[in-house]
Order: sequence, then C-alpha cells, then structure tokens
Amino acid sequence: MPALNRLMARYPQLLAGIFTLFLLSLTHQSFAAPDGKALFQNNCASCHNPLKDATGPALQGADKNWPRPDWVYDWVHNPSGMIASGDKHANALFDKFKPIVMTAFPNLSKEEIDAIIKYVDDYKAPGSAPAAGATAAAPASSTEDNTWLYTSITLILLVLAIILWRVNAGLKRVAQEKEGQPVEREIPIYRHKFWIAVAMILVTILAGYWIVNAAIGVGRQQDYMPKQPIFYSHKVHAGINQINCLYCHSGAEQSRHAMIPSTNVCMNCHKQISEYTGAADHKLVDAEGNEINGTEQIQLLYKYAGWDPAKKEYRRDAQGNILATAPPWVKIHNLPAHVYFNHSQHVKVGQIQCQRCHGNIEEMDEVYQFAPLSMGWCINCHRQTEVRFKENNYYSIFAKYQEEIKQGKRDGITVADEGGIECQKCHY
Amino acid sequence: MSQNKYWKGIEELENTPAYQKSVADEFPAELPFSDVSEGMLSATTPRRDFLKYLGFSTAAAMLAASCEMPVRKAITYAIKPDEIMPGVPNWYASSFVDGGDYCAILVKTREGRPIKIEGNELSSITRGGTSARVQASVLSLYDNARIRQPYADGKPVDMFEKIDREVMAGLSSGKPAVLLTATLLSPTVKAVIDQFIAKYPTARHIVFDPISYSGMLLANEASYGKRALPSYHFDKAKTIVSIGADFLGTWLSPVEFAKGYAAGRKMSAQKLEMSRHYQFEGLHSLTGANADVRATCKPSEYGAVAVALYNAVMAGTAPSFASKKLNDSIVKAAEDLKKGNGMVVCGSNDVQVQTVVNAINAAINANGTTINWAVNSNYKQGIDADMVNLVAAMKAGQVGTLIMHGVNPAYEYYDGAAFTEALKSVPVSLSMSDHLDETATASKFILPDHHFLESWGDAEPKTGYFSLMQPSIAPLFKTRSLADSLLTWAGATTTYADFWKDYWLKKLGSQSAFDQALQDGVVEPGLTNFSSSLIPTAGALRAATPNDTAVIRSTVPAVRLEMTMSGASFAGNVSAAIAGIAGMKSSGSELALYEKVAIGRGGSWSNNPWMLEMPDPITKATWDNYVCISPAMAKKLDAGDLDMELTTHNEINHSRRVIRLTVNGKSLELPTVVVPGMHNDVVAVALGYGRVKSIGRAGGEVGKNAYPFMTWNGTTFGMAQGDVKIEKTDKRYDIAQTQTHHSYEGRAIIHEYTLDDFSKNPKELLEDRFGEFHHFAHLPWEEHGDGAAQKAALIAAGMSEVGAEAASFEAAYRKNGTLYGVYDSPGIHWGMSIDLNSCIGCGACVIGCQSENNVAVVGKSKVLMAQEMFWMNIDRYFAGNPDDPDTIQTVFQPMLCQHCDNAPCENVCPVSATNHSSEGLNQMAYNRCIGTKYCANNCPYKVRRFNWMDWDDADCFADNLYEDGHRETMDENLTRMVLNPDVVVRSRGVMEKCSFCVQRLQDAKLVAKKAGRPMQDGEAKTACQTACPTDAIVFGNVNDKSSAIFGMRYRDQPERTYYVLEELHTMANVSYLSKVRNNDLIVAGKPETDIIMDKSI
Repeated sequence: MPALNRLMARYPQLLAGIFTLFLLSLTHQSFAAPDGKALFQNNCASCHNPLKDATGPALQGADKNWPRPDWVYDWVHNPSGMIASGDKHANALFDKFKPIVMTAFPNLSKEEIDAIIKYVDDYKAPGSAPAAGATAAAPASSTEDNTWLYTSITLILLVLAIILWRVNAGLKRVAQEKEGQPVEREIPIYRHKFWIAVAMILVTILAGYWIVNAAIGVGRQQDYMPKQPIFYSHKVHAGINQINCLYCHSGAEQSRHAMIPSTNVCMNCHKQISEYTGAADHKLVDAEGNEINGTEQIQLLYKYAGWDPAKKEYRRDAQGNILATAPPWVKIHNLPAHVYFNHSQHVKVGQIQCQRCHGNIEEMDEVYQFAPLSMGWCINCHRQTEVRFKENNYYSIFAKYQEEIKQGKRDGITVADEGGIECQKCHY
Repeated sequence: MSQNKYWKGIEELENTPAYQKSVADEFPAELPFSDVSEGMLSATTPRRDFLKYLGFSTAAAMLAASCEMPVRKAITYAIKPDEIMPGVPNWYASSFVDGGDYCAILVKTREGRPIKIEGNELSSITRGGTSARVQASVLSLYDNARIRQPYADGKPVDMFEKIDREVMAGLSSGKPAVLLTATLLSPTVKAVIDQFIAKYPTARHIVFDPISYSGMLLANEASYGKRALPSYHFDKAKTIVSIGADFLGTWLSPVEFAKGYAAGRKMSAQKLEMSRHYQFEGLHSLTGANADVRATCKPSEYGAVAVALYNAVMAGTAPSFASKKLNDSIVKAAEDLKKGNGMVVCGSNDVQVQTVVNAINAAINANGTTINWAVNSNYKQGIDADMVNLVAAMKAGQVGTLIMHGVNPAYEYYDGAAFTEALKSVPVSLSMSDHLDETATASKFILPDHHFLESWGDAEPKTGYFSLMQPSIAPLFKTRSLADSLLTWAGATTTYADFWKDYWLKKLGSQSAFDQALQDGVVEPGLTNFSSSLIPTAGALRAATPNDTAVIRSTVPAVRLEMTMSGASFAGNVSAAIAGIAGMKSSGSELALYEKVAIGRGGSWSNNPWMLEMPDPITKATWDNYVCISPAMAKKLDAGDLDMELTTHNEINHSRRVIRLTVNGKSLELPTVVVPGMHNDVVAVALGYGRVKSIGRAGGEVGKNAYPFMTWNGTTFGMAQGDVKIEKTDKRYDIAQTQTHHSYEGRAIIHEYTLDDFSKNPKELLEDRFGEFHHFAHLPWEEHGDGAAQKAALIAAGMSEVGAEAASFEAAYRKNGTLYGVYDSPGIHWGMSIDLNSCIGCGACVIGCQSENNVAVVGKSKVLMAQEMFWMNIDRYFAGNPDDPDTIQTVFQPMLCQHCDNAPCENVCPVSATNHSSEGLNQMAYNRCIGTKYCANNCPYKVRRFNWMDWDDADCFADNLYEDGHRETMDENLTRMVLNPDVVVRSRGVMEKCSFCVQRLQDAKLVAKKAGRPMQDGEAKTACQTACPTDAIVFGNVNDKSSAIFGMRYRDQPERTYYVLEELHTMANVSYLSKVRNNDLIVAGKPETDIIMDKSI
C-alpha cells in the first residue's frame, strides 16, 4: 500500500486516527480471547499475505527469524523507531521493502499480536488462491479429504441398507404367500404418495433456498472485473510508482464521488512519460493471460486526450478547444439509485483507508470489486467502526455520550450509536 | 380547548353525504372487485387464471432476474472545468426577471445544470424571499416546448444570418420600426436600445404591460410630477388599506411586499403590536384572505370606496354604501389611517381612482413614512395608450418593422384579434418569444431569446438598486438574446456579454469590485463595503460553495442600510377625479379578471406543469381556469332555474356545470367554482389560460382565454366590467380541486385570537393545553412539587419563564402520556415552527419543496382522484357564513409530515419501511416499502402520498410510465435535468412524504464534520423555509439552546406555540404559532357561525 503510505506522509494524523479506530474497536471486544483472524484481516491483511511477500513480508514463520521472542512487540508498536535505533533485523526488513515503512500499531496488545501470529502460523493456503491476491475474497469451497471417505462409506452403507430392506421385504412377501395370507400389492417408490410428498418438500426447500440466495445476489457484483478501454494498472501507478490516490481521485475528500480523473489529469504526467519501461520488473498481464504492451496503452490515452505525441502538443479545434474525449470507462462499483453514498464522509470525516472497501487496489493491475457492497456489509462496518468522537469537535454536541465516556460507561461511539444504521442516513 | 370551527369548503360545512363518503374513502378509486357469488370460475378473474398469471409472472420475474447486470459506463469530463467538482453544487448569484417581475436569486447548479433557485438574502428588496413562480422558473428552462432554433416564415432555420439580413433590410427601408417589449428592468439593455435607435432613428421603443399599471403611472405624474411608481414600505405601515390590490399575491412586487408585510405582522407576548390590514375587494384574493378586516364591493366601486375613504379621512363623512360592513370598515380604516404610518394601495388601473388614492396618502402623510418617493420602483413602465396607438399605426401600414420581446399581444392585448389582423400589415415582424405562442406563430420571424438562467444581464428594480444576472448554464438551444440581436442589427461588433462587462467594470471601477458584485448578485447603496470585508477571496465567476453560502447567508446583518426616504408633495386634482369617479357606475353582475398566483399574466407559466398543478391558494383548484362565484350567487342562479345542479358547490362532485358569460357581445363558457368570500354580484375569471396548442403539451388548450374581456376606456385598460349575462349550458366539466382531499374532519387544528384577546391573556392557549393534558402529564401517584428548582434550571438554560413552564409540561406529557418508550435524541433533534401569522398562503414553499425533492406532477385526471403528490400542502380554511362574504375569514395552514416522535404511521408498517431516527425524523425507506398504505391510513395529519403510478420513469420498465398525453413528464433527457440528483426518484407502489429535506440536513452535518466543528444554527435549512417570502418557517436543532427554533418555542413565543392534534400524543416535531388577527372578532369562535359545524360534526 505505497499510495497509502504517501497519504500517510501527507496526513500523519489521518492514519493515526484510523488505527486508533481499529484498535478501539478491538478493545471493545477484548473481553473475549483476541480473534487472530479478525485482527489480521482488519489490521494486517491490506499489506501482508501470510504465505508470500506482498507490500510487506510473508508473515508465516516470520517468528523464527526474530532475534528475540518479544522483538515483534517493539516492532509492531514502533517500526520506524526500531529502524532508527539501528536494530539489525528491523533494518534488514526495511532494506527489503523500502521505502515502505510498516505502519505503527501502538494500540495492539501483546495478546493480540500473539493471536495474530498464531493465526498466521496456523494459516493454510485455500484450495485455489485467487490470482490477484484477494485475501478476503469469499472462502473457496474446499472439502477435507475425510469428507469424501465418510461420504462414500455412508453411501455404501445406505445402498447396503436398501438392499437388505428389499431382500427383507421380498422374503416377507414370499413367506406370506406361502402361508396363504393376503399379500399387499406393493406400490413402487416413485408412485408412493408418501415418498412423492417427501421428495416434493425436499425439492421445494432446496429450490427455495437456492432461489432466495440467488435473488439476494441479484445486482451484486462482487469480484466484478470488466475489461476497460485502456489497460490502466493501479499497481503500476499507485503501487510501484506510489501516486497518491487523491491525486487522481480528488473528489474523495470533497464530494460524494471519488471521481475518475479526466484525461488532462493523466496528461499532467504522461506528457513526459510516453513509454512503459517497467515491463522487466512488472509485466502487464490481463485476466485472460495476454501480455499487455504498456506503451501501446499510453498511446491509447493520447488518442483520448487529444495529444499529438509527435508534435508534443494538443490537437485543437478552430476555437482552440482541446479535442479530447472521455474514455468510456466501465463502472465497477455500482450502487442502486436508492443508496446515497458519500466518499468524503468516509475518507475525510471517518478517515477510512481506501483499501478497507476497495481492497488492495495498489496490487491490482485490473481493478475488481473487492467488497460485496451489500447493505449487510455496510451495516456491519457501521456497527463496528467507531467515529472519531474525541478528535472531531462536531461530536461535542453529544453531551450524553461525553458524559458516559467520562464515567467510563463507554469506550467509544460507533457509527451506529450516532445513528449510522438508520434508514435515512443512506436512503433518501 | 376551544373548538374553533373552520371549514375547507361548503361541503364540509354542510357535511353532505357525498362529503362524508369522500372522507371515509381516503383514496377515491374503485377497487376492481367483482361479484363472486356466482362461483369463482365465472368471476372476471377466475382462480385458475389467477394461478396461471401468478405462475407466469413468477417465471418471468425469474427470467428477468437471471439476466446479466447491465454494463454501466462512467463517462468523465474530457477536460474537467476547475470550478466543477462532480457531486458538489455550485451556487451562482443571479436575478429572476420576467417582464417587470423581479427577484434576487441564488442558482444551485450540479454538474453544470441549474436545479434549484433560492432567494438572495443580500438583496434589500426581496431579502431572500421567493415566490412560487421564482421557484418554478428552473422548470421553464427545461421546457420541452421551448423554441430550439430561429424560424422564418414558419419554418425552422439554422442560421441567424438570414433573419438578420432581412430584418436589417426592413430596418433600413425607411419605414418606421418599433421595438415592442414588456417592462425592461435592465439598464444595459436600455443602453443597447439607445444604440440601436441611434443607428435607426425612425425606430421607437414601446413598452406594453398586459397587466397594466399605467393608471398609477399617469396619476403619479399628475399628482407628484413623476411618471413613476414609489417604493412601498409595508414593514413601516401600522395601517394598510388595500382597495382591490392583491399585493401579497400578484400586485407589483409580491415577494418584496410579503417580506415587509410579514415583518409588520410578527408579534409575540412581549411585542403586542402588529399592523392592521383592511381589504376592500370584489373577488377573494390571497391578500384579502390575510386581511384583518375585509369588506367586499364590486370592482367598479373601487373608485367610490376610495372617494368614501378620502371623505372619511378629510371630513369624517360617513360612507353610504348598501353594505354596513363596508361602511363601518371604511370609517374604521379612516380612523386608523389618521393615526399615522398608514398606507393606501389600490389595484385599479384607473387614473382618477389612483389620483384619489394619492390624495389620501398625501393627506395621511404616508409619503415619506410608508411610501417612499426617493427610490422609484421600476417594475412597470408601460403606458396603455402607446400600445393602442401602435396597433392603430400598424393597421394603417405605418409600421415597417415590429420587433417584439417578452410580449404576446395576440393573446394578451385586450383586442388580440385586431392586433393579429394589424400584424399582417407589418412587412417585417419578429417575435423573440421562447414558445410558439399566439404572436410568434403570427409573426414572420421568430428569434427566440435565452432563458434568464442562460443569460448575462442585469436589472434595476428600483432606481439605484441593481442586480446582476449571470448564466448558470450555456444556452441549451440555438437562441440569441434581445441585446445581442439589437447590437448585431445596430452594426456593433461587440457581443452583449462584453458590452455588459464593460458597462459594469466602468460603473464599479475595478475588477475586484466587479467580481465582488457578481458574487453578491446585487449592487446596492451601502452593500459593497459590507460584503467585501465578509468574503475574503473574491472568486471570479463562482458564487460560493454551499458552505460559504450558509456563512454568507447567516451573517447578513440584521440592520441594513436603510433606504433613503422622502415624501412628495401632492398636486393632483382630487375634485375632478372624484367627479369622474361619480360617473363610474355599473349595473348587474360584474365580471372581474384576475391573475392567479401561479400563472400570472400567462407567458411561459402557462406551460409550466408545476405552476399548472399548484393548487390556487383560495380555490385549491389545479390545471384550469373557471368562473369563481359566491355561494349566494350560486343559490340565486339556481332558484331562478330550479336546477339544483348549479348549487353543487360541494367539491366532491368535480363535474361542474359550465356556464356562459356574455358581456358586450363576447361570451365565454367556463365551469363554475364556488368561492366563499366573493362579492355576491361578482364573477371572476383568471387570465393566462386558453393558450394555443403549440405553447406546449402541458398548457396548450387548457382553460379559456379571458383577455378579450379586458376593457379600454380611452386612457387605460381595465380588468372588470358590468352587465354580465350568466346562462347555464348543457355542458359539464371536471375541475380538479385539492381542498377536501386529506380531511381533518373538523378537529381543532387552528387557534386564532384577536390581538385584544391575546393581549389580555397571552397564556390562554398555553392554559388550554395545560388544562386539557394535565391529567396525562402528571400522574396522580407521581409526586410533583412546585418544580421550582427544575424551572430555575430551565430558565438558566435560556428559556423564558413561560417557556420553562411549557417545556416542563411538554416533558412530563411526553413521558407520562404514553405506554411507549420515549425516543432519545442524543445529538440533534430537528424541529420546525410555523407562524400562522406570517404565513400568507402563497405556495412558494410547496413549489420549493417540489423542486428540491423531485415531487412528481401527476396531471389533472389523477388530481381528481386525490393522487396529487405534494409533500406539503397549504390547507385553506374558511370561517363564517358562506352567504355573507363580509363575514368570511380565511386561515392558511401549511401541513407537512409532522415527524412525530410517537408516530402512528410507524407502528403499523408491516415491513418497518417507515421508522424513527435518533434525530427525531420520521424516516421513509422507499426501497423497503411494499405499498400497503397502512401508514397513510393511520396518519392523523394526512400527509403521506402514495405513488399510484410511475410518474417520472423511476423504474426500469419502459412501459410502466404514466402518461396522460398532457402532463409534461420527466421521461425525457431535457426535463429530467431539473431533478435533484441527491434525492431518489420514487418508483410506483411506494409511499412517500416530507423528509424535512434530509439530504440538506445530511449535507449540513457533513460540512460541519469536515470542518471539525459543531453545526451552527441556520446551516441546515429546509427547502420550504428558504422559499418562504415571509420567514414563517423556522427550522433547526431543538437540542441546541442557542438555536432559533429553541428560542421560538421556549423563549420568544411559548405563549403562541401549539402542536396540531397534540391530544393524540403523537409528539409532533412541527409546532405552530397561533394566528392573531388585529380586529374585533374571530368569526370562528362565534356561536352563530359555529352552529352549523356543531350540527354536522
């Protein structure tokens, strides 16, 4: 998350705030044993993969390299301090991943760090890892080997039972015939009312379950990754070259729309940069596995922007207007018309990181929809996330909550406490 | 509690069976139930069919649902303009100008398109007020019927040049040219006209105002030596006498006057004084409805009333009209006027009548105290004789070129047919109309002008008080401004925009002063210094972000630089005028023409769906014009004919008998609407209807044109004439009235006092409330001492003594009056207060709400079925004896969702689509609503509206859109541009209602959160509040002790505060201030008039 680090450098208080928030929300649940998985996903997953190096190093087994067992607490609580203090291991890490310095998490308790480490060490790769490293994508439906065993045994036993039952019934009938007792005519199972009823009920339940699930999913587009008119790689821009998210998405702090930049914003840099020279380090490959020529994509941009790369000037019409057209970007994150979402509320006021909803955007060559963007997903976050109650003077009007915090009845105020799960916060 | 009796219509007063039925059926639509006693199979929808359809639709829905999601494109700006941030509105200060009508405005634009108009508080003329028309003007911008390119000989042409060539040839032909315009307020356009006339010396500029004030202009010239209109200061007047002038609705400058009028009517227990308003009129106007004392007379008697008033003022002579109320009222008015600070205004366009009015004003020293001759009003400049002479000259072939702008004489001139005929004798005729109206279609060329929201411009509504106009959108169509055309024809090479900028740069002295003026929108004496110190950086063409605007608007100083006042010495010939008036007599019934608050003279308003559907303040009728007659006249006509139909003045039966009015050989057939308060010998018809079909889909061929009934007396046009023959026809016609929709069934929801009664015991209302609810507020087993300590704490928190009493009572009632829990509002608790004294019923709030919240227009046939969608209605109640117009008193009560903290609608929703927020809002989640309508049934205030149809193409089904072939719908790209992108367009089958403009509240909170500070009072304002020209609505956070709403309820006005239907323990968040009339008697409290209601309910 280099882009974020830039953001960090520019707005140090912003990140401190976010992590305070994270940690506050964690302490909220600290009456139970710390949940390593949740902690990892909330705090670490945007930079770390347990198994492989990402923005930060792979964490599984990292504990074996520590100079001392409690080294990690110092490191997590104050990474840059450790580097500055000349700690050898810290500097080795820094050299490997520089210029990115790990964010400090001073509020993570030792127990919580232990829980994270334990989770990471126990972590196993899912059956099929998503290509783009989407750590929080829906869990793959993997089945353990024994399941197959149990299933086949059950099936065999079932078949056996049926055979035995048929044999038993046949013998019984033969015996009855022999004794001259009246024999009930056997109704085949496919015409037996009882079994038909059972089957119908089963089918109805299963179909109902499937329909309801499918219906809930209508209009949801998690993991949607359309082909864009220009192969624009966020990884190259925000990841490798560490351009601040807000440089292009300048609306995120001011408006409800984060805003896709217009071509003149691209041209601020691309007047100079007309070739993709990073192919050696990072080959651009699209979802189908085709290799993409970055330089050609920049030429495509020039076409939209109305830039003549030969003359190094804009093509203009008679009135002097630049002959630019907007690339027909495909919108990935679609909310229904009845949902009001405001970026500035989340980015500026809530100081939420972009990655929290958009995933590891700086790792994506092609952007896909990371979060489900479902109402349940929104609401859950509003329930768990605390507002910046002390930092933002707006909340000073909540006299009752101020009082409760003073009395120690509350630790913090979640978005939900402030009315964040009421209908007309998002629907009007 | 006092059960004052008010009625919305005579049907309610008489409580007819049809009325009772309509009240019982909230949604008067037949349900498609058929008789199933014959067996289900033979029913129209048998069970098997039903199951088949059910199966099919389920399968179809599954198929549709399994389709792929559409691919949506995100098209950015190719090159984003710096000043536009998508999603953030830009505000531009500009001016609303329509003929001589003026309002200083702020235009809210989103992504470069204007979507909302607000008043500009920096203007000392309109002071942030707006009218319904100003609010609706943004819809006229996106009118589908606007002309999209120039026309020559009835055919569209692509180039201006061809027309320019022919017009210039005509201008140079030597034959006189005439530029015919409505009153022009723009100094720069006048300068351009001078330049034009310098180039073509034979050209003349003639001003034609269809609603003419030349009687006043000429009388003022004779009386004071100035052909001008003064400034009226209604705020300074202690006594206001209006003789037929509808100064709150349509007369001269209603927004300005309403602002001043309301200022003089704001009173409280601490300030026990208010102006007294006498109204003498023939029809029932909006202004008359607000009067303290109202007496009726025929319009032809306005002169006689003025003379009687003059005599009473000068010599104490008692008037001798047949009506006792009229005589008494004139005597009282004269007494009050003599006390000083009086003002007399008159709606007559007769020079002699206006001369007498001037004489009265001079006699009571109004000039210099309430009428200001130092600052002229420029709203109307037309002299009628000029127009009449022009038509004669045209007919005689003396006019070579006629250029028309802002006028439509073929329709608006009293003899439109003669004008059209004369137009044929003009070789080069050119109309600059924006619609294919009656004159444009008869003209050789049409060169449409920009809409004012697309134009550069300015206005000088009062001499020395300027207002700038800047475009908030590039011209949508191939149009050209009047000034640009004139400059082109005059051979100038500059554009008007440059000319305009040079003019103002020169006038203002510097670029920074120019930028400042453009940002302020107004250039007024004493304003520039103030604003430049207020706003640190003068942004070039931008007004301000909403945040800045809020700051600007909340810091407009309470004390303005006072307008310089001066009087004028009267030198008119009163005796000649009186002698002239003595000759004005009319016999029989009289026909009075009037302007509707919504439609006015006609113009583009005739095709504005918001204006057409806006219920008229008095008749509550939509979409049509009609003949207003008094109940007594209806009965009288009936008796002569022994036909009971004409007296179906019960509004339940909307099929009305059409009657034929014949005057001077001209006749007109229109349906009747019975209006209590009309003079018993007067019928009234509104102007502005009966337009040609090409004016547009909404307004074409709606109603009838009444302009031919205007009169010409040799000097001025008149709007009334006598000897009307009234006949019944066989025809019937539906009139869609909203007045009896959403009934309260006679419950006491209005409290009204005379000023004297209120002064004697300001706490009467409060005591009534305490008395009625005491039992519920204080439980017998609960200890309640004197609560002195608690009261002291409340007073320390900023309440008045009475306020503390009210607050502790309300708290106790809230807690103990219910079994439900009490809602907690830890941060904000929104509340609204509506002052019934200030509300004049003009309807600006209704249209402001419609514009802000994408409220649908439903069309006449659906209004007839009570399916109108207004989130806010202004309920109009009458009190008094319908047969005696002089007893009628009218009260307006704005009614919107009361946002009850204990809301009856919330409990009955089966899916919890409507529920409560921690900020006291009654929320409505449209996407959750399944349309049971239980909530609407259970709402005691009747403010919920159901989407019976897909009005505005909200859903994805193409064929679902409701279409009546008449209503302009929001299904086209052009009209959809007016929609507010922050508010969802509701689809068919869901309930909707007032949201307290939650999008604005959320925005205000967000602005404060981003700045990291608590929200300030006044940052969050609802659309109805900002639209209101009289500041009747106060809105804010009741939890904030420093807020205006808190002050209103618990400090300044606890005595007058009440909640509608408080006895239901709904704990409404909208409070009302009781109405106080400055007169001797509240009719509604009188046993004689209450008897009828007591009997019925």
